Amino acid sequence: MATMDVVPQQSGGQAERRRIVNDMSIQVGTVNGSGSQSSNTVLLRAIFQMGVPVSGKNLFPSNIAGLPTWYTIRANKNGYIGRKKEIDFLVAMNPETAQEDVLSLGAGASVLYDEPLGLDKLRNDLVFYSVPYDKLVATVCPEAKLRKLVKNMVYVGVVAQLLEIEMGEVEKAIRKQFAKKVKAAALNMAAALAGFEYAKANLKKRGTFYIERMDKTAGKIIIDGNSAAALGCMFAGCTVVTWYPITPSSSLVETMIEYMKEYRIGPDGKATFAIVQAEDELAAIGMVIGAGWAGARSMTATAGPGISLMSEFAGLAYYAEIPGVIWDIQRVGPSTGLPTRTSQGDLLSTAFLSHGDTKNIMLIPCSMTECFTMAQDAFNLAEQFQTLVFVMSDLDLGMNNWMSDPFEYPTAPIKRGKVLSKEDLDRLGGFSRYKDVDGDGIGYRTLPGTDHPAAAYFTRGSGHNERSAYSERPDDYANNMERLNRKFETARSFVPRPEIIKGNNANIGIIGFGTSHWGIIESRDQLRDEYGIETDYLRLRAYPFTREVHDFIAQHDRVYVVEQNRDAQMLTLLKLDVKPELIVRLRSLSHLNGLPLDARSVTDQLTTMEGK
Amino acid sequence: MVTIPAEPTPAGPKTNRIGLTVVEYKGGKTTLCAGCGHNAISERIIEAMYEMGVKPERVAKLSGIGCSSKSPAYFMNRSHSFNSVHGRMPSIAEGAMLANRNLLALGVSGDGDTASIGIGQFVHLMRRNLPMIYIIEDNGVYGLTKGQFSATADLGSKLKTGVVNDLPPIDTCALAIQLGATFVGRSFSGDKRQLLTMLKAAISHSGTVMLDVVSPCVTFNDHEGSTKSYKYVKDHEETLQEMSFVPHFEEIDVEYDPGTTVAVTMHDGSHLQLRKLEEDYDPTNRIAAITRLNAAHEQGEVLTGVFYVNTTAPSLIDQLNLVDAPLATLPESLTRPGREVLEAAMEELR
Repeated sequence: MATMDVVPQQSGGQAERRRIVNDMSIQVGTVNGSGSQSSNTVLLRAIFQMGVPVSGKNLFPSNIAGLPTWYTIRANKNGYIGRKKEIDFLVAMNPETAQEDVLSLGAGASVLYDEPLGLDKLRNDLVFYSVPYDKLVATVCPEAKLRKLVKNMVYVGVVAQLLEIEMGEVEKAIRKQFAKKVKAAALNMAAALAGFEYAKANLKKRGTFYIERMDKTAGKIIIDGNSAAALGCMFAGCTVVTWYPITPSSSLVETMIEYMKEYRIGPDGKATFAIVQAEDELAAIGMVIGAGWAGARSMTATAGPGISLMSEFAGLAYYAEIPGVIWDIQRVGPSTGLPTRTSQGDLLSTAFLSHGDTKNIMLIPCSMTECFTMAQDAFNLAEQFQTLVFVMSDLDLGMNNWMSDPFEYPTAPIKRGKVLSKEDLDRLGGFSRYKDVDGDGIGYRTLPGTDHPAAAYFTRGSGHNERSAYSERPDDYANNMERLNRKFETARSFVPRPEIIKGNNANIGIIGFGTSHWGIIESRDQLRDEYGIETDYLRLRAYPFTREVHDFIAQHDRVYVVEQNRDAQMLTLLKLDVKPELIVRLRSLSHLNGLPLDARSVTDQLTTMEGK
Repeated sequence: MVTIPAEPTPAGPKTNRIGLTVVEYKGGKTTLCAGCGHNAISERIIEAMYEMGVKPERVAKLSGIGCSSKSPAYFMNRSHSFNSVHGRMPSIAEGAMLANRNLLALGVSGDGDTASIGIGQFVHLMRRNLPMIYIIEDNGVYGLTKGQFSATADLGSKLKTGVVNDLPPIDTCALAIQLGATFVGRSFSGDKRQLLTMLKAAISHSGTVMLDVVSPCVTFNDHEGSTKSYKYVKDHEETLQEMSFVPHFEEIDVEYDPGTTVAVTMHDGSHLQLRKLEEDYDPTNRIAAITRLNAAHEQGEVLTGVFYVNTTAPSLIDQLNLVDAPLATLPESLTRPGREVLEAAMEELR
C-alpha cells in the first residue's frame, strides 16, 4: 500500500544534481513493533537541533506488531511543517512494502534500502543507496535478539552521512532518547556510527538533498498535541479525569497521568486530582457530568466512536446545564474503519450531539500552543456556560510530533462561573437555578454539599421551571429552550475568535481550521507564487461562529472551505449560520484519504475550481 | 426573698441530635401509586436520616429512570438531587463522589434501571466499592412503561396478562457480593423495622452499600401468580437475622451473646448487631453468602437480612489517596502548578 498519493513519473533520465537544502520529506518504511520509533525520533531531533524547522508524522496501522508503518519527517527552511505530498528520500526497511513504496516515488527521489531487497532494478530515475544492515549490526551488537531493534539505528547514521546531518547532534539526540539507559544509548550510538562510517566509505553521494545548520528552532520544543493538551489541562486546574482507552486519544490521558503524578501530588502523598479508567465511554461521560455537577473541573478524552456513545448523556448535560470538557481526537470512523488515520469528520455529529434541540460549543486547536491554551479556554467556558465544551483535535495533531514555541504560563485566573456559596445564599436568602438573572441566558448554580438550607435544587433534563421544580407546562418548556438558545448566542462573544490573514486585495477567501491550517498556509504561498492567486484566510477556532466569520464571507466573492471530511461538515454548519444570500459564495474543498492534508492538494483543487 | 418558679418550657417539636425536626427531611408529595412500596422506602429513608442526625445538605440523592428513580423527589428536599439517565446513575455517583468525597451519596434505582439497561455500570460500581448507598426498589416489572417483566422477575412469575417469565432472574445481591460491594442486604418495603435498621447501618458504612428492597408494584405486579406481590413476599420471606443498631452517639446498653449474635462495628463507630436465626451463618464470609443466596433460589425463598459486610476493604476514594478537602473547591494555588513546573516541562521538550 502506498502512503502517498501516486505522483506521475517523469520519463527516464538521471536525477538532477541540484543542491536542495533544508527542504525535503524523508519517509521511513518499517514494520510495526520493530522499534523504529526511537530511530525516527533521533533523526527528527538531530535535524531540529541543527536549527531546521521539522515535523514528524507517524502513519501506523491498527496493529501492535507485524504490519507496515511509515514515519515521515519533513524538514523545511520556510517553516512549512504540514505533510508534503511528495517523498524525497525513502528509507525502505520493510520488504513487504518496499517495492510499492519505490514505485510511488516521484522522479529524482533518493532511496536507501536493505541490500538483499535489490530495489535498484525497479526504476532508473531514482538515486539508490544500499546498505548490508545485518552485516553491520552483527559487528556492533553481539546479542542476537537486540539486533532487530538496533538495526534501525544504523539507517540513522547512513542518512546522517548522506544528508550531512552532524553526528554530534545525532549523539545528543540518542542520549536524550535513551536518557537514563546508558547501555542502550551506547549500543545505539555504536550502531549509528557503524552506519555513518559505512556510508562514508562505501556510498557515493548522488542525490540532491542536504541539511545545513540554520537558526530557526532556537528555544523551541518538540511535542505532540495530546501531551500539549495534557499539560494544558493540568495547568487549567483540572481535578477529575475519567476515560476509556481509544486510539488516538489514549495518550492524552496517559501523559496526563504522568504529569499529574509528578506535579499534583502533595508532600503528604495526597492527590489533588482523581483519574479513573471507566468501563466504557458511557460511564466516562457520566462521571464527567457527575463530577461537573458536584463542582469539579472534569474531563474525558475520546474519539468518534466514543462521542457517539456519549450522545445521550451529552443531551442531559446540555439540558441540565452541567459543565465538562471532552477532547475529541478525531480519526476516521467507525471502530472498524481506519482508526489510526486522521480526519475532521466529527464536526456535525458533535455540534448537535444528542437528541432534541442541542447545540454544543466546540473549540478547534491547530497547533501545540493552542492545545495548551484551549485546554484552559475549554474549562473556563464549560464552567462559565455550564455546558459541555468539546475540543476538536485530530490524530495528526494529537499523536504526531510538532515543533512549537514553548508554552506561556497562564496568567489569567481560573474562571469558575456563576456558583453561589453559602455566604451568597445567606445574603440572597435563596435562588432560582434556571432564572436568567443577568440577561445572558446563564443561571446561577450551587454545588451539592453547600451548607445552606436553600442551596439544594433538583437536577433533571428539560422538564423544569426556573426554580428547577418539575414542570411539563408548555410555557416553561418553551421559555427554558429559548433561554438555552440565548446562552448559546452569548457564547459567540466568548469563544476564541478566528485568526485572519490577509492577502493583497484578494477577492478569494479560504476558511480552514485545525490541522488543515498547515497545508493551507503553504498552499496560499503556492497559489501566489505559481498562479498569481491572492487569497485571504480565516482560520476558525470555535463553534458557534463569531461575527468575523460572517463579515469575512461577505467580503469575498468566493470562499473555499477546506476540511478533512467528505460531506463538507463545516461548510454545512456555516450554511446554517450565515445569511441566505451568502451561502452561494461557499465552496467545499475537501480532503479525505486518511492522510494529513498537504498543501499541493489544496492548491490543485482550488486552481481547478478557479478554472486555472 | 421570693423565688420565681421557672416556667415549664413548652414542649417544642421533637428534634434530632443536630437540632432538626423530621419535617426538615421531607420531600415533595409523591406522584407514585397509592400503596406503592417505593413510598414506604422513602419514609424509611427519611426516618433513618433523621434518626442518624445526617445533615440534609451533605446528602446527594441520585437516580436513573423509572418509578423508583422519581422517588428522590419525595424525600429530603434540602438535599441536592440528580435524576439522570436510564441505567447510568452509578457513573453520576462516581463523578460526584470524586468531586466531593464528603458527600453522602444515596442512589435510588429500580430493577430495570439496575439489572437490565444499567447492569454494566452497576457491576463496575460494585467493583470499585465507591462509598455510597445504592438502593434497588425491586418490583420485577417496568412500571412507567406499564408492566413489562424486568430481569429480576422470578422464573414462572406471571403478569396480569398471563405472560409467564421463562428467564432466570439476576440476583443483584449475589452479584454485588461477588464483585466487591462491602455491605449487601435484602429487605422488604413492608418490613419497617428491618429496613430502617439496615438503612441506619448503611449510613454508618464507608464503601458500597447495596440494598435490594423488594417493593411490590400495586398496579402491575401484585396479583396472584406474581412472586413480587405483598402476599407472596409475606408468605415466602425467610429472615437471616434479627437486627438491632446502636448509633455511634448512643451508649450500648444491651448485652449480647457472641454465640448467637454477630456484632459489627461500623466505620463511624456505630454497632450493628445481628442475632442469628440460622446457625452458623457468617455475614463476613463472602462465599457462604453467595451459596446461601443460591440455596434461597432453589427453595423459592425470599431471603432477607444482611448477607455480607466487610468494614476493612478500601474504598475507591481510599485507593485514589485524595486530599481530604473536596476536589471541587480546591483553590487555584493547589490545582495549578507553579511557573517553574511549566518551565521544567518545557526544558525537557527542547
